[in-house]
Amino acid sequence: MSELKEVRFSAESEVLIQNLMKRYPEGRQKSALIPALHIAQAEFDGWLSAPVMDKIAELLSIKPIEVYEVASFYSMFNLKPVGKCLIEICRTSSCWLRGANDVVAHVEKRLGIKDGETTADGKFTLKTVECLGSCGTAPMLQIGEQFHENLTLEKVDELINKYQAETKHSAYLDGTTFRKN
Amino acid sequence: MVQLLEKTNMGRKVLLEHINVPGIQGYDVYRSKGGYASVEKALKTMKPDDVVEEVKKSGLRGRGGAGFPTGMKWSFLAKPEGVPRYLVCNADESEPGTFKDRYLMDYIPHLLIEGMITSSYALGANTAYIYIRGEYFYLVRILEQAIAEAYAAGMLGKNILGTDYSLDLYVHPGAGAYICGEETALLESLEGKRGNPRIKPPFPAIAGLYGCPTVVNNVETIAAVGPIVNMTGDEYAKIGVGRSTGTKLISASGHIKKPGVYEIEMGITVEDFIYSDEYCGGILNDKKLKAVVAGGSSVPILPADLILTTAAGEKRLMSYESLADGGFATGTMLGSGGFIVMDESTSIVQNLHTFARFYHHESCGQCSPCREGTGWMEKIIHKILDGHGTIEDIDLLWDIQRKIEGNTICPLGDAAAWPVASAIRHFRAEFEEYVKNPSNKREVKYYFHCNNIDTAAAYSSL
Repeated sequence: MSELKEVRFSAESEVLIQNLMKRYPEGRQKSALIPALHIAQAEFDGWLSAPVMDKIAELLSIKPIEVYEVASFYSMFNLKPVGKCLIEICRTSSCWLRGANDVVAHVEKRLGIKDGETTADGKFTLKTVECLGSCGTAPMLQIGEQFHENLTLEKVDELINKYQAETKHSAYLDGTTFRKN
Repeated sequence: MVQLLEKTNMGRKVLLEHINVPGIQGYDVYRSKGGYASVEKALKTMKPDDVVEEVKKSGLRGRGGAGFPTGMKWSFLAKPEGVPRYLVCNADESEPGTFKDRYLMDYIPHLLIEGMITSSYALGANTAYIYIRGEYFYLVRILEQAIAEAYAAGMLGKNILGTDYSLDLYVHPGAGAYICGEETALLESLEGKRGNPRIKPPFPAIAGLYGCPTVVNNVETIAAVGPIVNMTGDEYAKIGVGRSTGTKLISASGHIKKPGVYEIEMGITVEDFIYSDEYCGGILNDKKLKAVVAGGSSVPILPADLILTTAAGEKRLMSYESLADGGFATGTMLGSGGFIVMDESTSIVQNLHTFARFYHHESCGQCSPCREGTGWMEKIIHKILDGHGTIEDIDLLWDIQRKIEGNTICPLGDAAAWPVASAIRHFRAEFEEYVKNPSNKREVKYYFHCNNIDTAAAYSSL
């Protein structure tokens, strides 16, 4: 059995989570669970391990199972490690009509991975996703918070080159996303 | 960022009137263009019930897809003594083909904040939430900024504009689940749970967020409240046609020359909307129109002739009633206004596969007809596309969708059934072509993308 390291959030993350809990009425701190999981995922390499989820349970004073059942329901939470750059390509109707399949095929070929896989160097994970609300600027893909729209294969290549050089994890949010209340 | 259409159409603008004003994203410019006037008018000169009355008179109907009269929904709100009431904005925009709320929050976020304040006052809510889909995180940043500005200007917080009305407004991100656009699933999610829809009754108006009386409204619905209060409900009701009052944001996508968000006065013809240069500008590469999904993925698809004219031969209009003319036999729905256009080269069966896969992926798993049925439908369509289908499979597909519809707790089951039913109803010959002529075989590569299937193993077995 591998030894589990104690999970420690950065002071900023903990303050952020405490602040978010104040947005909900007394006794309803569980409401902060989804935002808290996003913060945790951003801090811990883009995925949620069991110890990280247990720590969230502790912070919100709820049972670990209440965290697991939520984390496993929502598609933005990764329960397995992902690459530094998570490429999410929309594949639903409007994007499909405007060539999303070609974009997926191109990324697969360029990175040598299939949908759902991570490159051997741990840099990229490819995930096809359902409609991201970018139908008028299709095809599109999302990396972290950023939407990349009206894609051409050249644009996709530029993005891959850019993120090849990136050392930071592509996360959906950072410490400045939420207002201090 | 969504493309900002430089030349928007000439029709009457209610929501997007100032969309091209530089800096309209910020509080000061928004205020200088008459922003927050409805908050001043409502809080200083009107009783909460007067505001509800104006919204009733306006004829405003829910812009998220259901089209239920907003004023009536508001009047159902229970008001027991000493129990807090909540207003929750549904910004979980996830219906394929729909991106109008994103556009609105991106370019004119204060319009939503203003609507939230005026509406919360009308409903007697002192806490309100904007539940936004997690993938829109960059908009969380924009909304948080707008809310901070509104607090600083005294439009939010304690004793707004010196009155005894106080309101706190918060943004709450989801984490990727179409089902959370269903209002009770949204409330579950906001309480920190899985997004499983609740059994109704009780409706949220009686027992919603934390068991308290709650109103859940779409972004576009709430954004319309400010202008309605400013111009009065009677004036708003003069815009549009019949019971389709006001303007509607249409998200236009697919094979058209000018995709984007258009604010239309309800009642223009569908033909005008597709072909006029003011709107979609015609079909991409001047091909022929084949079919349209007029109101987001869940509404019935219609072939070109039926979307342009009703079965009775009248020109089809962009309105709740006209699009629904003929029922599901020959009509469709305005829905969320997600207008997806397909040219003559489009395979209706392949497009349907993207919808079936979507609903399978997004079913919450609570009701068996939907949980099992959506996956089964996806598999059969996949089989037909693969060239292995039979005529019986088409009948089976029809049978399954019929048994999902109406047999689930929430409307996701119906939403999954209708696209399948309408594709078979209007394009059965195309399904048969795949069955009879397997040379039509096309590869559907992404079938195995599903959280609990090992994709590597799945691909190696292909």
